[in-house]
Amino acid sequence: MLRSLVALHCRIGQTVLSHQRHHVQPHQNLIHHLHNARCYGMATTERRKFYEDVSISQGEGGMYEINLDRRKLKTPGGKLFTVPNEALAIAVATEWDAQKDTLKFYTMHMSTLCNTALDNPTQRDKEQMIASALKYLETDTICYRVDEPPALVELQNNEWDPVLEWIEKRYNVVIGSSSNILGPEIPEETKETFRQHLNSYNFWALTGLEYVITQLKSVILSFGMVDRYLTVEQAVLLSRLEEEYQIQRWGNVEWAHDYDMYELRARTAAGALFVQLASESSTVKRKILQD
Amino acid sequence: MASLNSPLRVCRSILRELRALKGPEYKQTMAYNYVLEQFRKNQVTGERYCRAQQEALHSSLTYLCLLSSTRQHMALHNLYHGKGERSTEEAAGLVGLRLPTQPGGKGWEK
Repeated sequence: MLRSLVALHCRIGQTVLSHQRHHVQPHQNLIHHLHNARCYGMATTERRKFYEDVSISQGEGGMYEINLDRRKLKTPGGKLFTVPNEALAIAVATEWDAQKDTLKFYTMHMSTLCNTALDNPTQRDKEQMIASALKYLETDTICYRVDEPPALVELQNNEWDPVLEWIEKRYNVVIGSSSNILGPEIPEETKETFRQHLNSYNFWALTGLEYVITQLKSVILSFGMVDRYLTVEQAVLLSRLEEEYQIQRWGNVEWAHDYDMYELRARTAAGALFVQLASESSTVKRKILQD
Repeated sequence: MASLNSPLRVCRSILRELRALKGPEYKQTMAYNYVLEQFRKNQVTGERYCRAQQEALHSSLTYLCLLSSTRQHMALHNLYHGKGERSTEEAAGLVGLRLPTQPGGKGWEK
């Protein structure tokens, strides 16, 4: 009799405990932290897909979070993964949803960018990022020309000069192109104009923009893409102009050229989308139809 | 898919990419609903040249580029880049042998 009562108590206790587990917050977070820390800890071995559903929910402060099954997603640094708007959350959720069997982190570009913006692992502030972005201006791809072969010179002039004109007109700056080894001389006002322009982006958008500049190796092409003058494909083509010229001349190697091109396109598109989503704010103004 | 100038074509291409990602039940994903909703919202506009509409079109082209280039990058990766080495069991199995087992483990194994 006593033993069966004890067994009954045990069973009730277990159900009460399991019921309570959903309400006890601090323990849950610790378990999640350990779990996710182990998730990203082994970057080289393959992680199996450990979830079925991906959904988003809105947390406090209007920030959106990602849920994998019932658990909240966390960054590799252990913080809760929050994004400022819904479109970005849906993009990240689609990436996680697209994984099959194993998790391939190198395809999840938006998630990587969000993690970098949230964790800031290299502890940089806005000025450092702007300075490193502007350093690419001195050796910008568009400004660095060759002298020979003449077909390549002509191609560079035809394709790159319009972009140079566009950015000089748009930002009211002077940037020349040069073919000597030191590169063009960028006047100080130009740099100051760009610095002020970059300062107007928030930290998240600046993370994305610096990523795009690093990928394309050109400040001018990145601005052209973010200002919606160029599409991603056009910007990638202009960035790889010499390679495309050589491919036309000597032939295409699919496992190297195409692979690099698609990877560059994916990363650049992710960066551009990240910048646009992080700095947008949309309102719906309804106009009343007047008949 | 040569010239993707009209929003209809971009929308169709994005939905095709989503279908390639998920499979038959792609219509229930959040991305599907969000994309359709955004395209519908930006359809009606009062001005002849609506800047917000052009910006939304550019963003949708960017997202389409992201989806298609990740898919093609993955395809090329699986096609060309190494699957890694075989494990010792598989390597032995190639010639029909099996690895020896020692009860209690080898001397240096725990």
